Amino acid sequence: MPGRLFLAKFARGLLTVWLIVTLTFVALNLSGDPIEALVGDQAPAEVIAHYREKFGLDRPLWQQYVSYVAGIAQGDFGLSLSDQRPAIDLIAAALPRTLRLGLTAFVLGLVLGVGLGIVAALNRNRPIDRFVMSFAVLGFSLPNFFLGILLILLFSLHWRLLPSSGDQTIWHLILPAITLGTHFAGTFARFTRSAMLEVLNKQYVVAARAKGVPRPRRVLWHALPNAAIPIITIIGLKLGDLVAGSIIVETVFAVPGVGRLLVNAVTSRDFALVQAILIMTSITMVLANLAVDAIYALIDPRMRAARSER
Amino acid sequence: MALTTLFRRKDDAPVKAEARYPAIVIAALILLGLILMIFLFADWLAPYDYRTQSLLKRLKPPSFLGGLPEHLLGTDELGRDVLSRLIYAIRFSVLVALGGTLIGALIGTTLGFIAAHFRGLTEEAIMMLADVQASLPFMMIALALIALFGGGFFLFVAIMGFYGWEVFARLTRGVVIAANTQDYATAVTALGAPARHVYLRHVLPNILSVLIVQFTLNFPQVILLETSLSFLGLGIRPPLTSLGQMLGAGRAYLTSAWWIAVLPGMAIFLTTMSISIVGDWIRDRLDPTLQAR
Repeated sequence: MPGRLFLAKFARGLLTVWLIVTLTFVALNLSGDPIEALVGDQAPAEVIAHYREKFGLDRPLWQQYVSYVAGIAQGDFGLSLSDQRPAIDLIAAALPRTLRLGLTAFVLGLVLGVGLGIVAALNRNRPIDRFVMSFAVLGFSLPNFFLGILLILLFSLHWRLLPSSGDQTIWHLILPAITLGTHFAGTFARFTRSAMLEVLNKQYVVAARAKGVPRPRRVLWHALPNAAIPIITIIGLKLGDLVAGSIIVETVFAVPGVGRLLVNAVTSRDFALVQAILIMTSITMVLANLAVDAIYALIDPRMRAARSER
Repeated sequence: MALTTLFRRKDDAPVKAEARYPAIVIAALILLGLILMIFLFADWLAPYDYRTQSLLKRLKPPSFLGGLPEHLLGTDELGRDVLSRLIYAIRFSVLVALGGTLIGALIGTTLGFIAAHFRGLTEEAIMMLADVQASLPFMMIALALIALFGGGFFLFVAIMGFYGWEVFARLTRGVVIAANTQDYATAVTALGAPARHVYLRHVLPNILSVLIVQFTLNFPQVILLETSLSFLGLGIRPPLTSLGQMLGAGRAYLTSAWWIAVLPGMAIFLTTMSISIVGDWIRDRLDPTLQAR
């Protein structure tokens, strides 16, 4: 990708994150006194003063804002109100579990979805196509919390094959990963099918067939890279769903990850922790979207040319 | 690819009259009609009050599974009639989703008109806010707002109203800018009509179909959002109920009384799927490129 365009996108991403940081600061100050929520309104004045000083709430608003933004820039998200430990430490402890579950589910969804989509496109309008597409519709219509509960009912309670909660072993990963991955498999299958159908009728695929290229090579080498562009667009758009989905799935299967941390923080109204997770997520999302843009340029030479002209 | 084309014999053949109402669309429409009836007439349909407890009749299975004949779908952990709770849960879920989608459509469309009218800095600011909202999964924004402001019913509906405004804003801005260059808009403006009149009487009717399609896309999303948050215990809370709240509360009784959780789950699934099927079908029919064939 040309450097200037990438820089412009980076600046826009930075602006987005700064706006979210600022909006959370404004919202926090609008929502009332967090110290009162923490110690209760019956607490003596010196206790309240102590906590105000501890969390830096006794300074003027602009000073609070400056030190807040400066802290975030250095990776300091403040103290969790209920736990009194740095919010970043709590997140760091929970993050590996979330990443493991999220990545497993994502890879599962991608491989299964793209594979099924190709199979469906190659067998267009045959029973196997209709079967795959029915699965796809089911996959993205089933709410993940309901799918998770159905899986627990069948595999944990009825057949007693797999554990229903926790994340101690690899076996604990299977049901949550299937729950989270099914939605993506459905979405990717749908988009891969239509992208492949479009590409399979193109002249270059017909030409490849005419010169005797065997079918597997034709599909995987000539057609798939050209169908990859809409699929990658969907990956970028669906990352948010992955984050939202993991909040639910971690709760259903009692995985002690960032999603559960967030739900507990909201329940106990620990806004310092909530905003830390919010800002970290927005940074991740902005970076992921930049990565998707970079991948576009890598796989599509036309995109490189079109962009440098702009 | 549309959902409805799945169930058609050949999706590359021209749409014939008999293919206009595929069986799956009719089934989905019937189901949605049923949900609308439940939403409107919950008070008459429910055999019991959804809050009435009876500790003697706790966790009874549905009557077709050997439960009590007077509780068709069994009872929950407090002896409340599951059928009555399901009926009221559908009413609350539909109410929240309808309210939320309407608020979002109203805010978004208004901001879209404002952006397209004033252009310049106003437009930049509105579109920047839209970008911010789109950069985070809405579930997280909703959770943050709930953490800040608590969980009252009307507040929750208002938070649901924040969902999807940015899509309506972008959509409206785009079509209004396009419509403003059309001859009919120029003509009415040249005749001396004020901008408000042009927008409300001439531009809005022309872009209404686009907005309605977006409404059918947003509505099931808001249902899923509400049920997810209520499932987590952070949306609709007792004594009120919703499909997600029932499912979340019933989760603790999966071993002994699976029907408490599974029945509302099925209701959510069937509702969102029916709306997707009907929505896709409407989109196909409104799409002029498909009709031309």
